[in-house]
Amino acid sequence: MTLSVSLRHRLGEFLLDARFEAPEGVTVLFGRSGSGKTTIANAVAGLIRPDHARIAVNDRVLCDSEAGAWLPPSRRRLGYIFQEGRLFPHLTVRQNLRYGAWFAPRGVRRENLARVVELLGIGGLLDRRPVALSGGEKQRVAIGRALLSAPDLLIADEPLAALDEARKAEILPYFERLRDEVSVPILYVSHAPTEVARLATTVVVLQDGKTVRQGSAADIFGDPQLRPTGVRAVGAVLEAQVVAHHDDGLTELDAGGASLLLPRVPQAVGQSLRIRIPGQDVILSRSAPEGLSALNSLRGTITGIRAGDGPGAVVSIETAAGTVLARVTRRSAQALDLGVGVECYAIIKTLAIAPEDIGGPLPHV
Amino acid sequence: MAGWLGEQEWMAVALSLRVAFWATLLSLPVGLATAYVLARKSFPGKQIVNGLVHLPLILPPVVTGYLLLLTFGTKGPIGGALEQVGIVLAFRWTGAALAAAVMAFPLMVRAMRLSLEAVDPKLEEAAATLGASRFWVFVTVTLPLVLPGILAGAVLAFAKAMGEFGATITFVSNIPGQTQTLPSAVYAFLQVPGGESAAMRLVIVSIVIAMSALILSEWLARRLARRAGGA
Repeated sequence: MTLSVSLRHRLGEFLLDARFEAPEGVTVLFGRSGSGKTTIANAVAGLIRPDHARIAVNDRVLCDSEAGAWLPPSRRRLGYIFQEGRLFPHLTVRQNLRYGAWFAPRGVRRENLARVVELLGIGGLLDRRPVALSGGEKQRVAIGRALLSAPDLLIADEPLAALDEARKAEILPYFERLRDEVSVPILYVSHAPTEVARLATTVVVLQDGKTVRQGSAADIFGDPQLRPTGVRAVGAVLEAQVVAHHDDGLTELDAGGASLLLPRVPQAVGQSLRIRIPGQDVILSRSAPEGLSALNSLRGTITGIRAGDGPGAVVSIETAAGTVLARVTRRSAQALDLGVGVECYAIIKTLAIAPEDIGGPLPHV
Repeated sequence: MAGWLGEQEWMAVALSLRVAFWATLLSLPVGLATAYVLARKSFPGKQIVNGLVHLPLILPPVVTGYLLLLTFGTKGPIGGALEQVGIVLAFRWTGAALAAAVMAFPLMVRAMRLSLEAVDPKLEEAAATLGASRFWVFVTVTLPLVLPGILAGAVLAFAKAMGEFGATITFVSNIPGQTQTLPSAVYAFLQVPGGESAAMRLVIVSIVIAMSALILSEWLARRLARRAGGA
């Protein structure tokens, strides 16, 4: 399944000019607020009518302004998960979930209600009305409702943005399960690097209404040249396997032969996961660190240094665990005499890795 | 009831109920369509349509009644055409129903429009993305959410129709058993010596009907609000 989008749309002074292909898995539309992400999602869903566009899911053309083709939202068969849930207040959770299925054409492959309820853990909510649900529960029901309408594609427009940190942490794993256990591809709009790093199979970067880059999450966030949300967002995405849970509350991981210690993660021994390590939390050392409280140190070779507009620079270090990015000042880069080919140690404070930066494994498609 | 009320009084009460019932029932779909257009659509001349809808509320009822007589009377442009197909409104109870409907229309539309404007169009968008066509969006989302407003509009219209006097007496006169509604009967009884007790009985009936309608609508509105989970 592929979603192909090519659209031009003018909104006052703002010109949206986007072109991308979304393959299987989760494709994240990533960019600052105001970069046109939601407008694209709405154009795909048919909620707005772009000036010029061609949007197709596989061979099914949803909209082609050249040919004058236009399908109304009700006939696009896309499940839209809105930021605010938008559950129907006059219906129970069960009726909300069944709403979309009722309109789905006969004979299409559809998800089973019991399975979706189990997947999202909403079995206890079925007879309640939306007003009696918490924000996180509402969003889980909204995911289920979209999924049960037998969609060819799920669209999620910043589905976590209206939730607090605890609720975000509650919902993110469900999107991971969706990605890994349900075959419906997802177009996911977000400006949160954490969500992108954990969910994305493909990232499409938007800047001022233009698609500037498309690639895998590791490529996009590991590329210091690309500063879609400013250097602060730059961080490496590593894959690791759980080796052991220790008594002192730490989990030992194996990342390509290198050992990492993290605050306790929920995954079982032997399971793999992905970790985002923000560049600003990595310290560089020319010699093997001694007498340092940080537990994680990865030996590697510098493969690139890129200075930003400010006093900072981003250093890429090739280690056994993968490419790690470090944000250092230009001054210390000079003082340490850092350069391409230089051997050094990347030091990561264990507690610097936030729980929301640890997620399930990257699916291999 | 019929024993306690005189024959003429009973006829007036029955006629008023019939007039108000049909006036309310027949203006419901028209009122809902008008409210929908006014709440959701923008088009040139919208203010004029809005003004026309509200005109009966502002004009003296006698003027409205006279205008109805001019257009729907047997010599009027619409009344004449209707007479060809056997429908006569002037000086008939059907005319009283029309007068009541016209007078109650602005109140009904206002209540419905307010509740339509309170419906979040984002919910309708959500329904559309789930596969509901515009018709089904209206039936399954919009309509249930505006039901309390429709109910409020209907009760207001019914109460107004029960009490309509000026336009009715001008358009269809005050013929006992044919066009003498409850307010017209009260008026007629007060014009004759010794009519006070009959008038007083009708006043009591009016109060009972009005209070019952109010209590019924409150009860229904609360039930609907509970069904919608207070949202």
